[in-house]
Amino acid sequence: MSITTFAIISIIKSLAVIGVLLTAVAYSVWLERKVSAHIQNRWGPTRVGPFGLLQPLADGIKFIFKEDLTEPHVYRPLYIAAPMIAMVFAITSISVIPFGNFVDIGPWPTYLQITDVNIGLLVVLGITSMGVYGVALAGWASNNKYSLLGGLRASAQMVSYEVSLGLSLVGVLILAGSLSLRDIVDAQRHLHWNIFLQPVAFFIYLISAYAETNRTPFDLPEAESELVAGYHTEYSAMKFAMFFMAEYANMVTVACLATLMFFGGWLGPVFGPPLLRVVLPVFWFCLKVFFFMFLYVWVRWTLPRFRYDQLMAFGWKILLPLAIANIVVTALVVAW
Amino acid sequence: MPHLILFLFFGAICVAGAINLLAQSHPINSALSLIVVMASLAAEFLLLGAEFVAAVQVIVYAGAVMVLFVITIMLLNAGKEEHTKGSRVAIVFGVPGVLLAAVLVCWAVVARGHTGSVAIGALPGSPQEIARLLFHEFLLPFEITSVLILIAIMGAVVLASRPEAIAHRPPKAEQPDQSPARGDARQLVAAGKEH
Repeated sequence: MSITTFAIISIIKSLAVIGVLLTAVAYSVWLERKVSAHIQNRWGPTRVGPFGLLQPLADGIKFIFKEDLTEPHVYRPLYIAAPMIAMVFAITSISVIPFGNFVDIGPWPTYLQITDVNIGLLVVLGITSMGVYGVALAGWASNNKYSLLGGLRASAQMVSYEVSLGLSLVGVLILAGSLSLRDIVDAQRHLHWNIFLQPVAFFIYLISAYAETNRTPFDLPEAESELVAGYHTEYSAMKFAMFFMAEYANMVTVACLATLMFFGGWLGPVFGPPLLRVVLPVFWFCLKVFFFMFLYVWVRWTLPRFRYDQLMAFGWKILLPLAIANIVVTALVVAW
Repeated sequence: MPHLILFLFFGAICVAGAINLLAQSHPINSALSLIVVMASLAAEFLLLGAEFVAAVQVIVYAGAVMVLFVITIMLLNAGKEEHTKGSRVAIVFGVPGVLLAAVLVCWAVVARGHTGSVAIGALPGSPQEIARLLFHEFLLPFEITSVLILIAIMGAVVLASRPEAIAHRPPKAEQPDQSPARGDARQLVAAGKEH
């Protein structure tokens, strides 16, 4: 494959993935509002378009035209950089996620993934671990006690739960014998999904993932009843929207990772003409990711928030030992 | 060729970040420059074909160690550092000294003539090879290092929980039934200092 073709295909794939990701982010906000409304016996957005489907568009326009307030007491360089850092790392982490098998464009097989790295999983973990800076710096640069508390909570929480998140995936890695996300999915063929082989790891991953993305019951960094809005108290207009989009983009990434690691990625019944054979795996992948997004919303409107010391104790004293025990047991079973 | 350009580009960023780390007077800017250095080093490793080392560099240093640095700076609410006479002396003698050392090292490397080039991926760097080295040939040093780190962690816990330190802790401003939220009380104190 010549370098020009490679560049063109890569650019097309990148644009498509970013477009789909941002649309998914916008519509997960819609999903969240709609599902939460139905859980609380309300209607949710209904006015803009059928079923309120154009609501994300209206919200976006509103965010752009709102006045962008910058308080005089903030530390400007970092105050402006923080939402960008959060957003950039949230979007970048999608780059190694495979969302389907390969298609033959001309003579070359093109993988349905922006780039296939043989340490794909570590790349995702590395990029998401950098996302903490957006939140921490936002809290610090706002020069406001609620923001600072939110930023500190977020960074402490994300660093703590990252440990159990990473360790929960080690069991899957032992079974797959590879760090490449594509190989991990290929190892789950014939319904040998890791959810059946590694159920403990799956629940540890799910809980840590909720804490990583600062979602209820772990949304202490922005606990509105105690911290006004946490680290984004001082942010308005598009800067606030960037934090908002970063949170939902992180949710999508974590849901994609859960699908790939535990639910067999794009694997599912494939049949029919060649075009359907390409589209169906992508459809299965999206369906599974949608399930996880729905679960996120469902959990948020079902469970109350943890107290801070409960959060830390749960992470370090329960999840971490459980994750390590899971690794030991898996390793023993595989070695035996 | 694109590899060489990228390598030089990230090398330049790395050096610029390191210089900025020293030049900045506010600790949080210095910490952020250090993150830039770590991240660009990871990019250099990636360009050399050592993907695993690159990922670990980002996860451990940029993602975990530096977050703790930033948290500490935020908690202590450290302000700008002031230039003293000592720091001026350090600049006057340190900068030429560092330049001299850099020139010497470059000269030594070039003069010895060992500056060959290697194709990407020619040197071992895959996760499997590193794992084999770590858990097979260097198992004992690896385990001893982990025990050393464990001792350091226990030492830190012992030092941090001295009984007199607990006695001198400022009284809590919140209601008594929330006593386990010790971390929050410290954060409140730190945030209160700011205003």
